[in-house]
Amino acid sequence: MRLELHKVKINKLAWGDTTSVRAGVLTVNKEELLSVLAGDERLAKVDVDIALPGESVRILPVKDVVEPRFKMEGPGGVFPGMVSDVESVGEGKTLVLSGAAVVTTGKIVRFQEGIIDMTGPGADYTPYSGTCNVVIILENVEGIDKHDYETACRMAGLKAAAYLAEKCLGTPADEVETYETPCLKDAMAAHPGLPKVAYLYMLQSQGLLHDTYLYGVDVKKILPTFLNPTEVMDGAIVSGNCVSACDKNNTYSHQNNPVIHHMFRRHGKDFNFLGCIVTNENVTLADKKRCSSYSIKLAKTLGVDGLLISEEGFGNPDADLIMNCWKAERSGIKTTLLTDEYAGQDGASQSLADSCPEGDACVTAGNANEVIVLPPMKKVIGVPEEANVIAGGWQGSLAADGTITVELQAILGATSELGFTKLGAYTI
Amino acid sequence: MSYRIIHYINQFYAGIGGEEKADVTPEIREGVVGPGMALKAALGTDAEIVATVVCGDSYFASNMEKASAEILDMMKKYKPDAVVAGPAFNAGRYGTACGAVCEAVVKQLGIPAVSGMYPENPGVEMYKKSFYIVETPDSAAGMKKAVPAMAALVLKLLKGEKLGTPAEEGYIERGVRKNKFYDKLAAERAVDMFTAKLKGEPFVTEYPMPVFDRVAPNPAVKDMKNAVIALVTSGGICPKGNPDHIEASSASKFGEYDISGVMDLTADGYCTAHGGYDATYADQDADRVLPVDVLRDMEKEGVFKKLHNKFYTTVGNGTAVASAKKFGAEIARRLIADGVTAVILTST
Repeated sequence: MRLELHKVKINKLAWGDTTSVRAGVLTVNKEELLSVLAGDERLAKVDVDIALPGESVRILPVKDVVEPRFKMEGPGGVFPGMVSDVESVGEGKTLVLSGAAVVTTGKIVRFQEGIIDMTGPGADYTPYSGTCNVVIILENVEGIDKHDYETACRMAGLKAAAYLAEKCLGTPADEVETYETPCLKDAMAAHPGLPKVAYLYMLQSQGLLHDTYLYGVDVKKILPTFLNPTEVMDGAIVSGNCVSACDKNNTYSHQNNPVIHHMFRRHGKDFNFLGCIVTNENVTLADKKRCSSYSIKLAKTLGVDGLLISEEGFGNPDADLIMNCWKAERSGIKTTLLTDEYAGQDGASQSLADSCPEGDACVTAGNANEVIVLPPMKKVIGVPEEANVIAGGWQGSLAADGTITVELQAILGATSELGFTKLGAYTI
Repeated sequence: MSYRIIHYINQFYAGIGGEEKADVTPEIREGVVGPGMALKAALGTDAEIVATVVCGDSYFASNMEKASAEILDMMKKYKPDAVVAGPAFNAGRYGTACGAVCEAVVKQLGIPAVSGMYPENPGVEMYKKSFYIVETPDSAAGMKKAVPAMAALVLKLLKGEKLGTPAEEGYIERGVRKNKFYDKLAAERAVDMFTAKLKGEPFVTEYPMPVFDRVAPNPAVKDMKNAVIALVTSGGICPKGNPDHIEASSASKFGEYDISGVMDLTADGYCTAHGGYDATYADQDADRVLPVDVLRDMEKEGVFKKLHNKFYTTVGNGTAVASAKKFGAEIARRLIADGVTAVILTST
């Protein structure tokens, strides 16, 4: 399979009569975008705003971030099983509005949503302070269930992202990236002498709004399976998560998964990257045992020498991470783990809820409990009072002048376990 | 202007005396005392030792809260910018006192504190998360090495300079995680590490996984009739008066006591040395922690062959894992040598 990502660079947003790109400026027809999002009976009100890098703007509580993409050539369409049919993706040509993002906000499920500061100290911690954000503000109809509200918000974000890119079809790309994912027969024969490796891609599936979707399927219900990395680029994995903001993998970070990016960079030089094994993080012991064993069985069937394993979330999923690790290592498969830490505000507690001696190669995206003070911003999109109730905040996090004191946990993507930031931690 | 430093030392280093003087109450003297001379030289002109606190190790150990409060009050009058304690090398009670004083200084006065200890000093395990402890050799022979390292570290802290890793700065790893921004994305670092591991090249993990020293219990005793059973406790039960002075907290030793002919642990003969729980009921009847009476009954009934004529005891309260491990190994060695076949371990 071969996928071309046609990247159109976006460095500014503006309102206008037509949704289009010119000279790096994405012009958005606000009315048309709102009409695309209209008609969802779960939503009482939908509005849209703009937040640009460097502006004194705070967005909270943020549910998800999505990169605008649309298929130029198929088969299939972006976000299969969500806004497109369930046809397999990962081939053909995809238009990417690189540098633009759709951000969904609203009083979603409150305590698990995040903060994006477009400037100031908080901006250093979130990848989404660097994107030109089309912010969708979503208000629910009184009395609907939280999971229905979540679905409505998730769909609105995906629809908006697809709409923006679709309207820009025909814009010449600033850069074309090509990814080849040959069939296994050819992949196995390629690069003789190099170790074969795969990426064990753990997806949050604890349930009760801690959900991720694969081709529209709730990953709680999957057995681990093989996925081509290019499918991820076309939106095969979508976040439906309402978990701590710092280490939930937003749809944007799936689409741009930096682990996949860097695996491809070394592919053919240092190892032979065969693809992804996606697995889940269910809460029951039987599921943990079943899916870790099944994942490692898939890895053994592929005959890989190494597995890079990334986690999503923390606490309960640490058990899945560790099971995956030792089961691989004891099968002779070398592992490297990508996680983050909850070492307490003082950094003095044990960082993970589980551990094993086999986990001797571990990269961490930092201690999510470290506290940060976010000075007031001139403009807040969303509901600032949510700072007192979101995970990582506490009653009193929001000061009268708008200053917010929170753990990094509350900042969207701050300790991304897809490794989307430069943060890390060390021991003193 | 040079920084104002207060130095904390024990009665021994102040020249007052050894164990027999260990109960002296805290006092503060202006200027330098004992090892303060070396510290003063190492600090140079950047900082000055304005006063020295001297306290007996026994006094401190028996009155930790009171002694800490007294010492902090004495210190406040001298308006210190930082406190240096010790070095305590491998002296357990001295290390614990240095640790407690420094922890109180950091938490209550909000100024930096530095001490120096041998890594196995129980004060390290108890207090390393609260402040910086420079790694020293195990005895005062290492003074020349320890003091300059402590001086360098306290000056860095006072000047607000960025500290390097424990190895670079010479302090014992505190086990405290700090965030920092790297040059590369975490994803790229992970792929780099992955590649190095695949190739068998050296790499440094960013989070060394904690390893729990789990001990799998032995299978159940099959032949109870012929078993020789010993009692071992971390509940501090000892002959009345605690003849070996097992510490109430952070024990530096265990006791071995003969119970030949003892059928019952009475309040006249036994008590607990433990400082971590309400001792009322253990002191009333030590069998509650170390069930000699019940085992004597069972011995008589022939449930097992014999109750071993010695029991082993220590205090688990605040005792460093390293110390506990050492005690355990030695107790096990003695039990095996005496032909004991099973052990009942009691805690509190």
